[in-house]
Amino acid sequence: MTSGIDQQPTMNLAEQLAARGVSRRGFLKFCAAMAGTLAMPPAFAHDIVRGLQNASRIPIIWLEGQDCAGNSEALLRAERPTVAEILLDTISLDYNHLIMAASGTRTDENIAAAMARPGGYIAIVEGSIPLADGGVYCTIGGRTFAEMAREVCSNALGVIAVGSCAWDGGIPAARGGATGAVGVASWLGDSKVKVINLPGCPMNPENLSALIVQYLATKTWAPTDNLGRPLFAYGDTVHSTCESLPHFRKKEFVQAWGDAGHQNGWCLYQMGCKGPDTNANCSTVKFNGGTSWPVSSGHGCVGCTTPRFWDNMVPLYVAGGAKDTATPTPVAYATPVPGTPIHTTPATPGSSATATSPGGANADQGDGGDSTGLIVGVGAGAVAVVAGAAGAAVALRNRRMKAAQAAKAPPPADSSETGDSK
Amino acid sequence: MTRIAIDPITRIEGHLRIEVEIENGKVKDAWSTGTMFRGLETIIQGRDPRDAWLFAQRACGVCTTVHALASVRAVEAALGITIPPNARLVRNMIAGSQFVHDHVVHFYHLHALDWVDVVSATKADPAKTSQLQQSLSDWKNSSTAYFQGVQDRIKTFVGSGQLGPFANGYWGHPAYKLSPEANLLAVAHYLEALEWQRNIVRIHAILGGKNPHPQTYVVGGMALRMAPDAPTGLNTKSADQIAGYIATARDFVKKVYLPDVAYIASQYKEWAEIGTGIGNYMAYGDFADSSGAPGSFIFPGGRIVDRDLSKVAPVDQAKIAETVAHSWYEYSDGDATAKHPFQGETRPKYEGPAPPFETLEGFEKYTWLKAPRYEDKAYEVGPLARMLVGYASGNAPIKAAVDGLLAKLGVGPAALFSTLGRIAARALETEILVDKLQGWLDELRGNMAAGRLAVADNRLWDPASWPAEAQGWGSEEAPRGSLGHWVVIKDRKVANYQLVVPSTWNGSPRDPSGQRGAWEQALIGTPVADPTQPVEILRTVHSFDPCMACAVHVYDPRAGSSTRIRVV
Repeated sequence: MTSGIDQQPTMNLAEQLAARGVSRRGFLKFCAAMAGTLAMPPAFAHDIVRGLQNASRIPIIWLEGQDCAGNSEALLRAERPTVAEILLDTISLDYNHLIMAASGTRTDENIAAAMARPGGYIAIVEGSIPLADGGVYCTIGGRTFAEMAREVCSNALGVIAVGSCAWDGGIPAARGGATGAVGVASWLGDSKVKVINLPGCPMNPENLSALIVQYLATKTWAPTDNLGRPLFAYGDTVHSTCESLPHFRKKEFVQAWGDAGHQNGWCLYQMGCKGPDTNANCSTVKFNGGTSWPVSSGHGCVGCTTPRFWDNMVPLYVAGGAKDTATPTPVAYATPVPGTPIHTTPATPGSSATATSPGGANADQGDGGDSTGLIVGVGAGAVAVVAGAAGAAVALRNRRMKAAQAAKAPPPADSSETGDSK
Repeated sequence: MTRIAIDPITRIEGHLRIEVEIENGKVKDAWSTGTMFRGLETIIQGRDPRDAWLFAQRACGVCTTVHALASVRAVEAALGITIPPNARLVRNMIAGSQFVHDHVVHFYHLHALDWVDVVSATKADPAKTSQLQQSLSDWKNSSTAYFQGVQDRIKTFVGSGQLGPFANGYWGHPAYKLSPEANLLAVAHYLEALEWQRNIVRIHAILGGKNPHPQTYVVGGMALRMAPDAPTGLNTKSADQIAGYIATARDFVKKVYLPDVAYIASQYKEWAEIGTGIGNYMAYGDFADSSGAPGSFIFPGGRIVDRDLSKVAPVDQAKIAETVAHSWYEYSDGDATAKHPFQGETRPKYEGPAPPFETLEGFEKYTWLKAPRYEDKAYEVGPLARMLVGYASGNAPIKAAVDGLLAKLGVGPAALFSTLGRIAARALETEILVDKLQGWLDELRGNMAAGRLAVADNRLWDPASWPAEAQGWGSEEAPRGSLGHWVVIKDRKVANYQLVVPSTWNGSPRDPSGQRGAWEQALIGTPVADPTQPVEILRTVHSFDPCMACAVHVYDPRAGSSTRIRVV
């Protein structure tokens, strides 16, 4: 035993909590809070209680590809439950670059042990997966991240893609990127494993906690929309529950940073807020223990939970946004074939770059006029998911272009188009 | 001679591989490799310069605000915008609290496990840990019962058979020297710091909307709702809340973090002679007062050359250049060329082994990091560089802090040039900044009370008001060291965008003349008791607080040209 510790029989969650003095009452309170985040009726707390009582801490393998560790940091900010409660009581975070003690080849042992656990494990992926040039743009322990992600994710109870990069390629896949970055669902292709997406830049950790706890309690994944996002967190626009909505209805808009409207909580739509186009629960759950969220503090929503927001939600400060017309022609990448170890694909740069094999979601870096033809050769399962994203992106662009045309200056009418129900 | 590779180096941001050659129980040579590439600069090109900060901020999610600040500073410099005092204060508060947060998290969550044996803590006598705590400070959590509770929690955790993030550490390694009681103390503080850090970042949530990645930066100032009776944002009530978070932060830094650093350092004094490194140190300087003048910087700028603390040389950004002789890039006029950021090129060209690979030995090029140099010399940046530059400049608060610590440890200034020196310098500057937060908040409260509420200069907000061409650079002291962003604006778009970041300085590979980067040089001579458990290497590497995602980047000065370079 490299740890120098004898392995004890695994305790279930309730036993562990009791062992460290968490009362039955405290446990029930925790379950009720979870039901709240999940937007479930209070009665659902009973299901959580029942489910968690028999659960042991679920092993988590948290992988980082092309990322900034913002989602790992977000995990450290979790408040409901707190990060300490998550790490000590709820999950067994067996692999995470940011905080794990093990380094080097020993980290392989952590992965192997977690994958061998009889009850299974959850894979969490942060960051995009670079497929160009045989995957050389991200390697870990000498292996490509693409290969590692496939191996770990394929056998998981489920895969949670945290943050926008793991969802649709995020910023590395934005216009100007050249590494063939794709999201995890796209890369896993026709794998049978369930992928849940928690987009955001970074994701809100409270949603991750709720998603995991619900899974532990019910052994089912929360229902999702056609983009793989849980409905409890992404079912409504931030606009529909925004505190500035009354000002939007009264057409009270901030006109300049620090003007009287800005100080008085007026609507940021004309300063570029993307809230009406953005499905997320930021305006209700907020961040850092419910302290604030961007609109409360004074800056508009940037639409970071929407498909390809780095290209579709810019320029940031144009009312309603406008499609950036400077988008160059998409580039074709050498895309490893799913299921084939990466190192057997031609690693010779450029040798397999063909126009008929666009690298996953990078194809959507095009001019926006045609987002079909996505994910050629990456697997049918992903086609459904990511093509859905592309479709939504097109619809979104159309909506915004219409809005921009309709109102060079005048604010948009309070219509169903904005997702605002009166 | 044994050659080993450690990949991944964990408890850092990003993807780092270190290969070393070990001879007679010591590191003889070392190679630092960044193994991930995104290409942020080319992605920023062609965008609205007002949007650049949001992209640049994604360079790093750990130092989650510094690139946003450097970015708006660069664009403001290009356009000649002077931000109003409130914006400067809010930025100082966000950046200052970022330092405090980041350094404490680094010490406890990223670095401590190199010095602290978690498993040993289960064997401690909590009564003796209590005595130890009470001898270090008057921190509230010091009773035997408290440490008994923490120990029970750890025992339960360990007993569950699932060690989670603590699995497969080098527990029991002879290089761990703390007593079980001291280990229990440190583990207790690891857990306390985990809770504490959630609290202090609420300063970012109030002023920035969220953390990670606060979202109220704008070119010209801050998009912060600010008024005594503003419904949200910064108002009288939230200012009081911030005061509470600052008090909590100060308390923890002074009663837990600083005493822990001093105590752990006293138990590992031999590390004041290990990890010396290059011996050249640089800081751009940062944190101005209301005058905005470099002379008022809390952290002065300058260079120390060859460990000579008798003089401080100036910094001129024009003398910075980068080479790619050992990096996976190519230059059109030869890889040995040294190029200033404004003459740089974007040509990623992977020439390492085809994955999967065991070693990079024998490969001339071995990393995604470039090699920045100042007048062809390698430099170390970061907390140690800042404290040394301040110390040699005669900066009173820095000198007092450094001399105080040296006296406490009974060592001379030469001890600073070491692995331990970096850890100590980080703690000292944390204390200096945590003491500044309240003053900045008080200034903001004073401005609010007096009705001085401007948060941004909006006169150049509309790109139509800009010149056809402009360029500027924004410099900053980030927690990990000196950071610079360069921007070229043409026709209201970003024509070129460049970052030179701390971990590129520190983690750089060799240059054409064979000079190693700071990590590589610092590792030489590091003892390694057991090459299969190289915890000593982690100690020196972690003492720099590596941050890889922002270290890997590319340049493209060819304004207006196509920004995508295919590797063909």
